[in-house]
Amino acid sequence: MDLLPILATLKRHKTAAGLIVLQVGLTCAIVCNALFLIMQRLDRIDEPSGMADQELVAISTTGVGPSQNPEAQTREDLQALRAVPGVQHVSVINQVPYGGQLSMSSLRLVQDENAPGVSAAAYNGSEQWLQTLGLKLVAGRDFEAGEYVDDGAFSADPDSKLAALVINRALAERLFPGLDPIGQQVYGLGSGPTRIVGVVERLISPHPGGNEEMNRYSMVMPVRQSFRGGAYLLRCAAADRDRVLKAGIAALDKTGPGRILREQKTLSELRAAYYATDRNMVLLLVGVCLALMVVTAFGIVGLASFWVQQRTRMIGTRRALGATRGQILRYFQAENFLLSGLGIVLGMAAAYGISLLLMQNYEMPRLPWSYLPVGALVLCALGQLAVLAPARRAAALPPVAALRS
Amino acid sequence: MLGHYFELALRSFKSSRGLTILMLLTIAIGVAACMTTLTVYYVLSRDPIPAKSHQLYNIQLDAQRLGNGFQPGGEPTFQLTRFDAEALLREARADKQVMMTGGGVALTPEQSGERPFTARARYASADFFAMFEAPFLYGGGWSKADDDSEARVVVISRELNERLFGGIDSRGKMLRLRDKELRIIGVLDRWHPVPHFFDISLGSYARTAEVFLPFSTAITLKFSSWGNFNCWASVAAPEVRGLSAPCAWVQYWAQLNTPAKASAYLDYLKQYSDQQRSAGRFERPTNVRMRSVMEWLKVQQVLPSDVSLQLWLAFGFLAVCLTNTVGLQLAKALRRSGEIGVRRALGAPKREIFVQFLVEAGSLGLVGGLLGLALTGLGIWAVRQGSSDYAKLVQMDVAMLATTLGLALLASLFAGLLPAWRAAQVQPALQLKTQ
Repeated sequence: MDLLPILATLKRHKTAAGLIVLQVGLTCAIVCNALFLIMQRLDRIDEPSGMADQELVAISTTGVGPSQNPEAQTREDLQALRAVPGVQHVSVINQVPYGGQLSMSSLRLVQDENAPGVSAAAYNGSEQWLQTLGLKLVAGRDFEAGEYVDDGAFSADPDSKLAALVINRALAERLFPGLDPIGQQVYGLGSGPTRIVGVVERLISPHPGGNEEMNRYSMVMPVRQSFRGGAYLLRCAAADRDRVLKAGIAALDKTGPGRILREQKTLSELRAAYYATDRNMVLLLVGVCLALMVVTAFGIVGLASFWVQQRTRMIGTRRALGATRGQILRYFQAENFLLSGLGIVLGMAAAYGISLLLMQNYEMPRLPWSYLPVGALVLCALGQLAVLAPARRAAALPPVAALRS
Repeated sequence: MLGHYFELALRSFKSSRGLTILMLLTIAIGVAACMTTLTVYYVLSRDPIPAKSHQLYNIQLDAQRLGNGFQPGGEPTFQLTRFDAEALLREARADKQVMMTGGGVALTPEQSGERPFTARARYASADFFAMFEAPFLYGGGWSKADDDSEARVVVISRELNERLFGGIDSRGKMLRLRDKELRIIGVLDRWHPVPHFFDISLGSYARTAEVFLPFSTAITLKFSSWGNFNCWASVAAPEVRGLSAPCAWVQYWAQLNTPAKASAYLDYLKQYSDQQRSAGRFERPTNVRMRSVMEWLKVQQVLPSDVSLQLWLAFGFLAVCLTNTVGLQLAKALRRSGEIGVRRALGAPKREIFVQFLVEAGSLGLVGGLLGLALTGLGIWAVRQGSSDYAKLVQMDVAMLATTLGLALLASLFAGLLPAWRAAQVQPALQLKTQ
C-alpha cells in the first residue's frame, strides 16, 4: 500500500484532518486517565476487610437515662443475643468497620511518652471477638479469659494496665520488621507495657481508604466495651441475617426496654454504603469514557462520509483505472489509521501531562505506562470501526457513477 | 437579514437531518455534563455566610507537647482545649466570640408519644446565634448570664418544633433531654448552612443541630459530645472533657468587624500563647492561626476532591464534543460550497456569508442548549439520588439555568467560527466553474 497519495490528499484537507487528530488525541488522553481512576476505585472498593462480611450483623443501642450498671446490662444483652436461634457467635466491639466512627491509639516501643509512636485503629473486643469477626490468626493465640478487662474500669484509671494485644500483620511488619512480633512489648495503652500475643492476617480500619500510612494498621485490645459506647456484632449464616437482626432487636428490647436503637444493619449493607460514592464515581467514569468514544466515533463517521462524498470523482477514476474495491476500502482504512495514529501519539503525551496534574492536585499516583498501549489499542480499534461504513460505501461506488457526476 | 439567515439555517438542518441531530446531541450532552458538575461545584463551594465571612475567624492554638511529632511551623491542633477556649471567652477581646462542640442527646418526646431518639445537639456559648446569623422564628438565644449560671434552657430547630409541637410557638414548654428537663426559649427558622462551616468535624455537609444549649449546661449535665477528640497524653476516659485535660475538642470562632481589629486580635493570640508557655502550659513555640471562613474551608479541603475532578472531566468531555462539532460543521459548510459560490457571485460580501454560518451555528447552540437544560435536569436528579452526604443539597437555580443556555450558545458559536470563516473563503469563480 502506497502511503504517499494518502499524505498528498490529507495535505489538502489539513483542517479536517487536524480536527480528527485533535479529537482522537483528547479522547485518548482522557480515556487513559479515566481507566486508571476506575481501576484505582475498584481496588479500593474490593479491599478485603479480613472479616466474615457476609455473615455479620451489627446492632448498636444507647440508653435514654444514665445507666447504673452498664456492664451488667451488657452481660445480660450478650446472653440474650446468644440465645437467638441461628446466632453462632456474639461479641461487643467499640467501633464497627464502615460504621462512621474511628478510634485510634498510638503505640510506642519505649516507655517515654515523648518518643515517636505509630498510630493504629484501636478495636476493643470482648470474649469471642475472633470467632465473631471471623479473622484469620496467623501467629500466636487468642486472648485468655483472664486478660479481658471492663472498659469502664480500664479507661477510668490512667494507671490501669493491659496485658495482651493482637495486631494485624501490616502493623506487626511496621513495628517489628524482620522480627517475631509474638512476645514483643509495646507502650501507650494504659500504663506500662502490653505484650503482643497474636497477629491476624488482615483487619481493616473502621474508616478505610485514605492515603495515610496509619490507615493500614489496626489492633484489638481485650477490653469489654459496654453497650453504651459499643455495638453488638452477631455472626450467623448469611441466609439468616435479616431474621437474626430482627430477633436480636426484639431480644434487646426485652432485656433493656426503652433504649434507642442507633444502627441495625448487616455488615454487607454498611460496606456497600461506605463505598457508594466510589461506586458512583466508577459508573460516572465508565459512562464518560463510553460517551467520549461514541462522540469520537460519530465524528470520524461524519468527516469520513464527507470525504467519500467529496472524492467520488477520484474514487471513480481510480476504479475505472483498475483499482479493486479492496484497494479503495484499504485506502480509507489506511488514512484513518494514519490520523488515529498521530492522534494517539499526541494523546499519550497529553495523558501523561494530565497524570502529572492529577498527581500534583489530587495526590494520585503516576499513571502506569501499561495504560498507554491499552488506550492506544482501544482508540485505534474505534477509529477502524468508525471508518468501516463510509469506507465500504466508497468501495461500493460504481466507476461509472463517479464519471457521470 | 437575520430572519432570512434563520430560515436558511432551518432549511440546512432539514436537508441533513442525521448530521444535525448528531451535532445537537453532542452539544447537549457536553453542555449537560459540564452544567451538572458545575452546579455541584457551585453549590458546594459557595460562601455559606457571604455578608460576614470575612469577619468570622476560626482560631487555632498549639497546645500540644514538644514530642508527639512536632514540626516547626506545622499546622496546630484542629481545635482548642477547653481550658484555652474558656480563657479566650472570659477575656472576650473580639467583637463577638463563641466556643462550642457538637453532640448527641437522648430526647424523649413526651407530647407525641414517639420512641426516644438521639437528637443532634450543639453546645455553644451565648454569641453563637448572633455570630452565625441563625434566624429565629420565635424567641431568641440565651445570654452570657445563662452561660455563667448553666441555665437549663434550649433552642430548637424549626423541623424539631414541627415534629414535636406541630409548629406552634413552643416557648416556655419543657423538653426532656436524657433525664433532665430544659425550658425552650427559642425556635429557629429553617437554617442549613452549606457547608456546615462552623464545625466540619461532624462532616463538611453535616446537617445542622436540632437542639442548641449552653456549653456550660451540657458539660455539667454530662451530655455526650460528638466530633473530633485529640488527646496527646493518657487521660482517664471520664476526664477527657475536664478543664485541664490534654485534649483538643472545642471549636472557637471570633468575630472581628474591621481588619485593624483582626490584626490586633492576632497579636493578642500570640501574646496569650506566649503567656501560656511562660506559665509552663504550652511547650511548643507560639504558633497561632486565625482564618476567615473561606480560608478555613480551603485549608481544610472541605470541597470533596471528586467534585473538582468531575468538573475537569466534564470540561474535557465538552472539549471533545466541541472538536467534534467543529469537524461536522466544517464538513457541512464545505459541502455547500456551490450554494456559497452562487451567493457570492450574486454580490454577497464575505462578511455576510460569515454571519450566515454563525447564525446557523448559534441556532444549533440554542436548541442544543435547551436540550442540554433538560439533560442537566436529569443529571442533577441523578446526583440527588446519590448517596453522598451532600446529594440532597444540590439544586439548580436561575443563575445556573441562564449559564447553561449561555454556555451552549457560546460553545456552539465558538465551534462555528472556523467553519464560518472557511465558508467565507470559498472562491465564487472556482465553484461556478465546477458546477
